[in-house]
Parts: sequence; structure tokens; C-alpha cells
Amino acid sequence: SEAKSGRTDLIFLIRFRHCCLLRNQRCIVAYLYDRLLRIRALRWEYGSILPNTIQFHMSAEEVEWFNRYKKSLATYMRSVGGEEGLDLTQDIKPPKSLYIEVRCLRDYGEFEIEDGTTVLLKKNSQHFLPRWKCEQLIRQGVLEHILS
Amino acid sequence: DSDGGSEELVLTPAQLIRSLEQAWLNEKFAPELLESKPEIIECVVEQLDHMEANLKRAKTGDLKVSVHRMEIERIRYVLSSYLRCRLVKIEKFFPHVLEKEKSQAEGEPSILSPEEFAFAKEYMANTETYLKNVALKHMPPNLQKVALLKSVPKPNLDSFVFLRVLERQENILVEPETDEQREYTIDLEEGSQHLIRYKTIAPLVASGAVQLI
Repeated sequence: SEAKSGRTDLIFLIRFRHCCLLRNQRCIVAYLYDRLLRIRALRWEYGSILPNTIQFHMSAEEVEWFNRYKKSLATYMRSVGGEEGLDLTQDIKPPKSLYIEVRCLRDYGEFEIEDGTTVLLKKNSQHFLPRWKCEQLIRQGVLEHILS
Repeated sequence: DSDGGSEELVLTPAQLIRSLEQAWLNEKFAPELLESKPEIIECVVEQLDHMEANLKRAKTGDLKVSVHRMEIERIRYVLSSYLRCRLVKIEKFFPHVLEKEKSQAEGEPSILSPEEFAFAKEYMANTETYLKNVALKHMPPNLQKVALLKSVPKPNLDSFVFLRVLERQENILVEPETDEQREYTIDLEEGSQHLIRYKTIAPLVASGAVQLI
């Protein structure tokens, strides 16, 4: 409206101010978007339940974004691959061997494997378990893959 | 016997897995999201279910079971890796991917499967809502929108890729990189390997004439 009143000396000031505002908007959006990308990475790293320490650092809206994202991802994964879907957060690395030697880093409790037998995962116990069953627990820090 | 609804010739399991591996490698090395391959995915899933069912019925004659299990694990890894690669690209380029899918003409193959399309739309809506509620709605009226198509970077089609030629191609037009150069044509001999800009050979990847490595 100041431009309409014909005060041409103000036009440059207005344009400059507009550029500053646009830049600020870009910075804010870039910062927020970058945080979202990191939060997204957390779903793939930690699973669908985030540790409290991390949740503590997230805003309410970010938690909501995360919940919507993981729901959307779950819907997609269920739609691929037959009846149960395909959990894409598993099988991150190419399989080298069927069974791996793992050490338990903290008490976890009972853990069921393929043929119905259960294993008690106590701190410092070692087990020879099917690789595909351990992936999630290794990523969560419950088990440690022992490389001989 | 894995034709699962495809209208083309029946592939043997070995051919099916090779198709999957080719699609996987292409997707891994291409800078943009490639055509979706629903037939391959459907057949591979069927194949995996089939193999799992066989394993459950088999006696614990150790060696054979282990080998088959390993095979299942490997195939599942390739399939997961392929789908993950696509998801990463969909999320990274979400406004462009959705735009491209919308502007695909009738009869042209889809970039996104229906499920991927739903996922992409949800991702976009989720992100837009978040940005609006956290930042944009507090801004001056003329700054309350962000043009996602302009702000989110596009895939770099000029990036270089390695490829192996599967079908001989003649007279491929290579565009100059600098102003001093001029465009020239090359022939791609079957079996030869090249390092070339993706944009130049993008249609050949789609047609299966070359394989990215």
C-alpha cells in the first residue's frame, strides 16, 4: 500500500524487507524440515517406540508427525508381501550366515525363536541364534553380535 | 511357475530373481525414482511364500533346509533393499515424484505403485500440516505458503552412472557439458561398460537396454 501511494523511494526498502522475510522463512522451514528428517531416521534406527530421552527433545507437533509417519509406513509395509506384509526395517544388511553368536548386553527376559523354544536373555549370557530374529534386538542394543 | 497375474511369458524362478536383482541395481544407482515393477514384486513375494511353505513341510534334514533358508533370506534382503531404496527416493523428492505421477499420460507406466502413491501423499500432507502449524501460520499473511516444488531439491539427472550394455544401441546423442563442447553421438556395443551422465541414457534404463552397475 505504501508502493501504491507513489513513494518510489520506499520501494527499495519494501523489497529489501521482503527479501529478509523470505530468507527468514527459508531458514525456519529448513531448520524444522531438517529436524523432521532426523526424526524420520529414528523410526528406522530405533523402531516404532522411541526412547524417552529422545522423546523429551521433541515438540508435541513433532511427536504427532512421527506417529503419522510410522502409521503411514506400517500401512505401506503391510500392503507389500502377502498376508503379514514385509517389515522393511529388517534385513538392513545382506545375510552372511544363518546363525550368529550374540552376547546379551542387558536383561531382556524370555525370547522365543522359530521352533517354539524360548531362550532366556540375561545380561552377559551368550547364545547362538538365528540371525533374522536378532536384528531388531541388536539395533536396540539388547544383543551384541560377536564377531569371532 | 511364477506368473502371478502378469500378462507376459512365464518366468522361471531363476529368471524372476534375476529380474528382481536387475530392478534393484537400477533403482540403487539411478538418481531418480524409476518405474514401479508391481509384477516382479508380486511374483517374488509369491515365490518367497512358496519357499517358506516348503520349508515348513520339510523334515529337519539339516543341510537342504539351511541352504533353502539362506536363499529365502537373500531374496528377502534384495526385495527389502529394493523397496527401501524406492521409499527413500519417494521421501527425498516427494513433491516432484507426486507431480510426475500426476502428469503421466494415460497408458504410460506408473512411477508409483498405488500403495507408494498413498504413502507419498500422506508424507506430503503430514509434512505440510506440520510446517503450517508450527511455523507458517504464525507468519505474515503473504508468507504463509511454501512452494514445495521449488524448495525441495530435484534429483540430479546429470549425475554420472556406471552401466553395462545389454542390447546394442546406435547413435545415442550425448549433450555437451560446457559451452565449448559440441554434442556428439556414440554407439553402445553389447557387453561394453560405460561411465556416462544418467540423463543421456535414462530411457535405455527404462527399456532394459542397459543395466546400471
